[in-house]
Amino acid sequence: MDIDSGTVDYVARLARLALSDEEREQMRAELSDILEHAGRIRALDLDGVEPTSHPVRLLNVARPDEVRPSLSQEEALACAPAAENGRFKVPRIIEEA
Amino acid sequence: MSTAPSRVIETTIGLEIHVELATSSKMFCGCEVAFAGEPNTRTCPVCLGLPGSLPVVNERALEHTIRIARALNCDVASHSFFARKNYFYPDMPKNYQISQYERPLGAGGVLEITGDFPTRRVGITRVHLEEDTGGSLHVGGSGRIADSEYSLEDFNRAGTPLVEIVTEPDIKSADEARAFVTELRAIVEALGVSDVRMEEGSLRVDANISVRNAGETEHGAKVEVKNMNSIRSVGRALEYEEGRQRAALVSGDMPVQETRHFDEKAGTTSPMRTKEYAFDYRYFPDPDLVPFEPSDTWIASIERAMPELPVHKRSRLAEQYGLRPADIGILTTSTAIAEWFEEAASAYDGPAQKVANWIIADLFGLCNEAGIPLTECKIAPRQLAGLVRLVDSGSISGKQAKQVLGGMFATGDDAALIAEKEGLEQLSDAGELSSVVDEVIAENPDAADKVRAGQMNTVGFLVGRVMRKTKGQANPKLVTDLLTQKLAP
Ligand SMILES: [Zn+2]
Repeated sequence: MDIDSGTVDYVARLARLALSDEEREQMRAELSDILEHAGRIRALDLDGVEPTSHPVRLLNVARPDEVRPSLSQEEALACAPAAENGRFKVPRIIEEA
Repeated sequence: MSTAPSRVIETTIGLEIHVELATSSKMFCGCEVAFAGEPNTRTCPVCLGLPGSLPVVNERALEHTIRIARALNCDVASHSFFARKNYFYPDMPKNYQISQYERPLGAGGVLEITGDFPTRRVGITRVHLEEDTGGSLHVGGSGRIADSEYSLEDFNRAGTPLVEIVTEPDIKSADEARAFVTELRAIVEALGVSDVRMEEGSLRVDANISVRNAGETEHGAKVEVKNMNSIRSVGRALEYEEGRQRAALVSGDMPVQETRHFDEKAGTTSPMRTKEYAFDYRYFPDPDLVPFEPSDTWIASIERAMPELPVHKRSRLAEQYGLRPADIGILTTSTAIAEWFEEAASAYDGPAQKVANWIIADLFGLCNEAGIPLTECKIAPRQLAGLVRLVDSGSISGKQAKQVLGGMFATGDDAALIAEKEGLEQLSDAGELSSVVDEVIAENPDAADKVRAGQMNTVGFLVGRVMRKTKGQANPKLVTDLLTQKLAP
């Protein structure tokens, strides 16, 4: 199954990726390969077979509800491109065009 | 003669409710869950979405969610997992929210609500577990997103366990919506899984509301109403919106699908700017979190540990104390109030309805004026019982008791002490009163004769004279008894 470059652009936009023409073509080919594989599975009679959500058969991993030390404010903000009054400073939030 | 059939318009409401769970730590990391505080002091690589960090599920959050699901009569999924909901917003550091999609923990429930409408069974579509976002502060301009210069993010709340409850569109009026939220709030509070404070955002309600002409099978355009920050605003916002849409339908200017913001002050809703296209969240199973299959024994143990739910509490209070249904409804809006009442009632030997009356008619008013909940008032439940006993014994009149209650509320002292301090004790000493009664009989011979002749309605006049002489401190019942004794034909 082939993916057209319009679909690649749509997915790239959702993921906020700016792709060069070269990258777009590479993605188009790779995504098509993946979908082709999915198409082979789809062709099988899978009525009554649960979709696999996780490939590893591991269940019920949880932790007790216990508080552990957090980062300090300085540590938390250390990687922030900008900060103000102990908060992460981000550009103006705008509507998507 | 014929009249045009009056137009019947139906309202359809579905609710989406978010409940922040009162766990000690966050959903997927050990950061503390708390309200307010210095910004960005309760974060870690997991809830900041730093690369390489791995989330681990908080077991108590799962338990709490199952509790809510079972209390809403949902089936608990035998197989459930978390999904990533992908979208970009600065209050969400990972650029995806861990939520549930195909397999919510609870589904297919029902909650029955009652009120001034026929009992309504509201379907519960799903109960799922997810994580809360951080909080944004918009700087510059008017302080709203639209004209701000930049925003500041605090991630203390990011990753707090959040339960989403979605109802079927079974609710038919603003009144029913209010009743639903009230009941749900009472249930969640009774379960002890959240502090359900709407004003602090630990219980948030969004609504979908539409209208249509009766008989139509398709629903009208759905309007989503946001920013209802109290149960009262839920009622006000939906009443307004119901009226607006009905008027639009009648005038032929059909309501359109949109999101509207409730303005608390104006009591109106107005359109919010929203994206034209539907979100494409690209949900997929979170590979960092393994599926969850609660065992039947675990679910059973959670069920066994469930506290008494409001619906059961109501029937028990009716049976055990014989209270009026309306009063039961009021006393069970919160577990704390019901407990307060029961403690007071157990400290009192007479009919519990009397205790309920004092709480509902008087104590609530004092609490409202002071802006505090019943549980924070200085009066202990057994002290209220003491006040009622004081009235029963005739030491103070009902009217005086209200004054005493005010004093108790201000100081936390016992009723007897206040009555004594304020000189409010009724004259209940028969000997002392007897002489006053004799004086009044002597001063009003005509009235006395009428009573002797059997005109009992004149007794009231003489009682009034005695009350005046004693500056209102005589026990009226005792005075009446003395007068009828002394003036027996
Ligand atoms: Zn954390």
